[in-house]
Amino acid sequence: MTEKMLEITNLKTYFHGDDGVVKAVDGVTITVNKGETVGVVGESGCGKSVTSLSVMRLLHDTPGEIVDGSITFEGKSLLDLSEKEMRMIRGNEIAMIFQEPMTSLNPVYKIGKQLEEVIKLHLHYDKKEARNHAVNMLKLVGLPRAEDVVNEYPHQLSGGMRQRVMIAMAMACNPKLLIADEPTTALDVTIQAQILDLMRKLRDESERSIMLITHDLGVVAEMCDRVVVMYAGEVVEEADVLSIFENPKHPYTKGLLGSVPKLGQDLEKLDSIPGNVPTPANMPKGCKFAPRCEFAMDVCWKKDPSLLATNGNHTCRCWLYQDQEKILEV
Amino acid sequence: MLRYVIKRLIGIIPILFFVSIFIFLFVHLIPGDPARLVAGQDATLQDVEVVRQELGLNQPIHIQYFNFISGIFQGDVGSSIKTGRPVFDEIASRFMPTFWLTFWSMIWAVMVGLLIGVISATKRNKWQDYLGMFGAVSGISMPSFWMGLLLIQVFAVQLGWLPVGGLESWQSYILPSITLGSGVAAVVARFSRSSLMDILKDDYIRTGRAKGLNEHKVVWGHGLKNAMIPVVTMTGLQFGFLLGGSIVIETVFSWPGLGRLLIDSVAFRDYPVIQAEMLLFALEFILINLIVDLIYGFLNPQIRYD
Ligand SMILES: Nc1ncnc2c1ncn2[C@@H]1O[C@H](COP(=O)(O)OP(=O)(O)OP(=O)(O)O)[C@@H](O)[C@H]1O
Ligand SMILES: [Mg+2]
Repeated sequence: MTEKMLEITNLKTYFHGDDGVVKAVDGVTITVNKGETVGVVGESGCGKSVTSLSVMRLLHDTPGEIVDGSITFEGKSLLDLSEKEMRMIRGNEIAMIFQEPMTSLNPVYKIGKQLEEVIKLHLHYDKKEARNHAVNMLKLVGLPRAEDVVNEYPHQLSGGMRQRVMIAMAMACNPKLLIADEPTTALDVTIQAQILDLMRKLRDESERSIMLITHDLGVVAEMCDRVVVMYAGEVVEEADVLSIFENPKHPYTKGLLGSVPKLGQDLEKLDSIPGNVPTPANMPKGCKFAPRCEFAMDVCWKKDPSLLATNGNHTCRCWLYQDQEKILEV
Repeated sequence: MLRYVIKRLIGIIPILFFVSIFIFLFVHLIPGDPARLVAGQDATLQDVEVVRQELGLNQPIHIQYFNFISGIFQGDVGSSIKTGRPVFDEIASRFMPTFWLTFWSMIWAVMVGLLIGVISATKRNKWQDYLGMFGAVSGISMPSFWMGLLLIQVFAVQLGWLPVGGLESWQSYILPSITLGSGVAAVVARFSRSSLMDILKDDYIRTGRAKGLNEHKVVWGHGLKNAMIPVVTMTGLQFGFLLGGSIVIETVFSWPGLGRLLIDSVAFRDYPVIQAEMLLFALEFILINLIVDLIYGFLNPQIRYD
């Protein structure tokens, strides 16, 4: 029996904007088992970051609100915890790495202080122990001159170094779950590879669970056990990594895979999915992918399909794989 | 850092030199004749001429300027036309009351302004925010003479708790510094509110929360230091401005400060006093600018001094 670390069920996070409600996350269900790395992929704006921020309950200072669903972490319902209890979990049991390494560190404090802050808070180390631990963490993430870096300011470091600092900070209290929100997107290709190597190393060394958000399927192939594909605030397909690559079901997933350049392929022939993610204002009534789908049928325009198992653990939200009878009903 | 400060201090000399030319010309452009004022209304034309000669005002203007500047280099800024006392003594005795009044006003104003600003920014669109900003708008729009008179009426005249005016004891500072500081507090409150509100949207604030820090540490620890950067400039300017002495407040509270000295000496066309006082204001502004720049560097490590 696999133990569940994180269970997001039917999560709905809406933003209340000036012109109506934006359903950034609309009924997302994702499970991360112990020791497992789950990839969450999807185009920009499909709600990946909002999902991860919802898990951490970090929607402060945004018009966002979790309106429905549940998030269970090691059997605890996170949405029912008080803010104080939640703070004991953040940075300690669940840590997060953000998409923006350049701006995620406070420009006016030294690296050491920013690392020690989280160490002192959760591990209750004294000043000297915290400093030692900080230096060790920086060494662990492969930062050269770790002893000097603690006395430097963020602007003295490159983007890759800053992301390493962020990873060190996230790993400092040995979290059970690491949420990495596109940890490499903002970095150069060579640095990306280094950071991924590092994350793989950190993953293999422990039984840590990782939720890895990305829109890079190459990263998924390298890192993940299971993949969740999101589109317009919903999960459209979920399967283990092999099934996704060898036997993708949802037309959107097929499109995504088609848009990954393969070796020897002419870049101009790259299959990108035509059209754009629907805006909240003109969200289709039926399947949200229908306007861009080459297989769209009548039923797709009328009713949103539900997420159903096609075989075993492979689930898909598409009328192509649903019961004919149900389709006739509509 | 020390080299930077020395460089800046040396840089002050040419600036003051140019400023002094402007001040000198400006002061001599004020219509009116000090010789006539000293000699008195019923003095004969000859008497006035004699006085003018005594004061050196009959010389061509560039000679007068030269005398003024060489006086400064000899450490002698001349004597007041009105009282005959050395200008230095005139100003020195007035400087301290203005300085301390400004100092205490700024201290409370910045503290209260920041507190209101931070509370308003963190309780955005709640009653605390509305109350704070209502207070700030009132503080900015209330004319200081009116506020001063109101305070005197209530606390000095009716309740008799505090002196009506003048400078006798520390109690004398209370009403004028409330009056003087309220405008500053209001500006600081609004400035720090908007600055902090912007900062609180930054990514490193989210990082702080993701670490598990409480709101207090996030706002005061990570937000405020960043938000202070624009607030410091504004506060420095206000400080420099108030150090010149507020004419209105010093008049309302019969405060023996630089502001009243300035109107008195302008009324009397007391050229040496006006010139020295304006030069002092310029120097104060320049020094405060330097201090602001240094605080900037302390707040923002990306600024380097070289
Ligand atoms: N602070 C906010 N205020 C209003 N709307 C927001 C906010 N943050 C996110 N959204 C909305 O939520 C939707 C999903 O955003 P999210 O950041 O989760 O996308 P993403 O999948 O992480 O994309 P990317 O790959 O670009 O990071 C967006 O369309 C956006 O309109
Ligand atoms: Mg994102």
